[in-house]
Amino acid sequence: MPEYRKLWYKRLYDWLERRLQLEGPIKEAVLHPVPKSTASWWYVFGSASLVLLILQVVTGILLGLVYTPSAANAWNSLQILNHDLPLGWFLRAMHGWGSDFMVAVVLIHMAQVFLFGAYKFPREFTWILGVFMLLMTLGMAFTGQVLRFDQDAYWGLGIGASIVGRIPLVGGQLVHMMLGGPIINGATLTRFFALHVFIIPGTLLAFTGLHVWMVLKLGINEWPMPGRIVRRETYIQEYNELAHTDGIPFVPGAVWKDLVFSAAVIFAVAFCAAMFGPYGPKGYPDPTIINTVPKPDFFFLWIYTVLSYLPPEMETPFILIAPIVAVLILVALPLVAGVGEKSWWRRPVAVFSVMFIAICFGVFTHLGTYTPWSPQMNAWSGAVVPVQYLERRTPLERQGANVLQEKQCRNCHSIGGLGGMRGPALDDVATRLTEDQLIRQVLLGGGNMPAYGSALSPAETTALVRFLTTLRPHYRPAANDASRQVVGQAGSVPPNSTVEHGGGQTAVH
Amino acid sequence: MDEKLPPPSPGEQAQRLEEERVTRRTFLMNVGIGLNALVTLALAAPVVAYLFGPVLRRKEYRSWVSLGDASVFRPGETTLVTFRNPFSDPWDGDTAKVPAYVRCAEPGNYTVFAINCAHLGCPVRWFSESQLFMCPCHGGVYYADGSRASGPPERGLFTYESKIDEGKLMINAGQLPTLRNRASAGPCPGADAPKVQALVTRIETCPSTESSGTSASTIG
Repeated sequence: MPEYRKLWYKRLYDWLERRLQLEGPIKEAVLHPVPKSTASWWYVFGSASLVLLILQVVTGILLGLVYTPSAANAWNSLQILNHDLPLGWFLRAMHGWGSDFMVAVVLIHMAQVFLFGAYKFPREFTWILGVFMLLMTLGMAFTGQVLRFDQDAYWGLGIGASIVGRIPLVGGQLVHMMLGGPIINGATLTRFFALHVFIIPGTLLAFTGLHVWMVLKLGINEWPMPGRIVRRETYIQEYNELAHTDGIPFVPGAVWKDLVFSAAVIFAVAFCAAMFGPYGPKGYPDPTIINTVPKPDFFFLWIYTVLSYLPPEMETPFILIAPIVAVLILVALPLVAGVGEKSWWRRPVAVFSVMFIAICFGVFTHLGTYTPWSPQMNAWSGAVVPVQYLERRTPLERQGANVLQEKQCRNCHSIGGLGGMRGPALDDVATRLTEDQLIRQVLLGGGNMPAYGSALSPAETTALVRFLTTLRPHYRPAANDASRQVVGQAGSVPPNSTVEHGGGQTAVH
Repeated sequence: MDEKLPPPSPGEQAQRLEEERVTRRTFLMNVGIGLNALVTLALAAPVVAYLFGPVLRRKEYRSWVSLGDASVFRPGETTLVTFRNPFSDPWDGDTAKVPAYVRCAEPGNYTVFAINCAHLGCPVRWFSESQLFMCPCHGGVYYADGSRASGPPERGLFTYESKIDEGKLMINAGQLPTLRNRASAGPCPGADAPKVQALVTRIETCPSTESSGTSASTIG
């Protein structure tokens, strides 16, 4: 066809192509054969992560048009976005939900790659880069939470600084390095702004480019078959044979599932954004407002739980060593287990590891949503004593119920399902502890309970313990101290008793 | 022995010239690389110093801050106070404010606690009825004198060094207290005693406690 008879856009395309010369490499990339089995719905999470990353970049830039990275004004600029600018709330919600989806999809992608043995030869370095991309994704989630600059962000930074401050020798210097000064303030926010907007995304995009480049160069992992062993000497040849004899071009054979899933994910993000709206900002970041219950975002709740349950003496070693060990294990995985079986049918340890981690993540996250370890700060003034626990009680016992409220016992102990869960529920405490034991426990504390000896007068203690001894269901006997009976008989153990015989199984007369 | 080598053939001559030329060009390229490395190093020094600025200025962070008239803090009470951090920027807004607790155990004896839990820095709340500080984050609890009562903290509350100056209660403040950046410059009581070096320190004795809480009661 003569040049002048072509349509104008075709001529424009030719003009550009003669100068750019991109058609060849792109055609090669999109038409390269992949094993037919990889055109699977299991292989869509990587491309979905990429699409979510692009969504985050776009929505992030749009938010950057308005957001003010100043400690005095960041919170206000988010309020303007939420309430004053048309659809500003929707963009914030897209960015926030996009972040949650991205972390989730990246984690699923990682689990899938692990279970399908895709990290094995020759894709070891693709996995290692992916490990750092996961860390950067989590870093984006954390720094993004900081930019929200509400009370959660402020005290979350305090938690971060406290963790850094536990590092031996240089911890103090590192805290000031992290905060950009002596306390959490404007310098801290601008540091995290630079991290969230320039440093981490820049590196993440570069790593993503390399990651995708290697996927193109090394081919998409074939569907793992039990018994098809990866060997360094033969794998490349076997893969090429598979791709050419039983292969299809990546476009359109495999790509259509990626496209459908990515569209579904973006739609899900938009749907959640429209339905549930943006997250926060919660309370104004004034550190003198101390009536706050800081909480991390969803994907860090499990850390919150772990930090609560670690015994004090284990905590510093654990939080400084465990993350390093975890990253080392992930990085070393393809170097240690780079060949052999790919199929999950032949890798039970891999399958159980994923199940174990998923269950731990689920349980810890669930605990983090209701924090049973935290005292409920308002329970003492807000949670009522159930009426049936006050009926047919003596005035002294009712005064004890007053003491129970006044002394904030309810912040840690629940009655009738209301109150803190830090300590045991008190509804049936009288079946577990005798009056003497209750007095001892209240005055001296123990277990995880503070001693109230100096905060209670003798009269208050008496009233409180009297009330507690009434707390048991009528059908269950009160606790009794077996040793008291022995003392009551002047130390003489009754003859033929189970105590003397050391048994308890046979009835002795 | 004056046997001469045959002169190099035209091809060989050309090849030698080529090698020589490449060597010179390679040398110049290496000079270029070296110059860039020098310039980068020269630039790196100020950049690193700039990045470490917050660390290099550590000495400046702490200074004496007045919490106002000491006489307003009544014996037996623990009061929440606020001061402006001595080291702050105009754009810090309200984050330049720092809360703290002043405890007056007896007339003239003041202890100033940092708000930050010794566990992971969350703001502890004072409950005067039960004479306890409780942390909302991970459940740390402290007695009225700041010593650890229960939960994950491995030590008592951080204290600021304090003094009375012309009737004003002054504290030495300025930085976020963490396990390495103590709120107080002075050694904590009992620090003179030889410390048992252990791989894992269990619970620090600072601030050491003579008695827990006060006997002041609010009811009855």
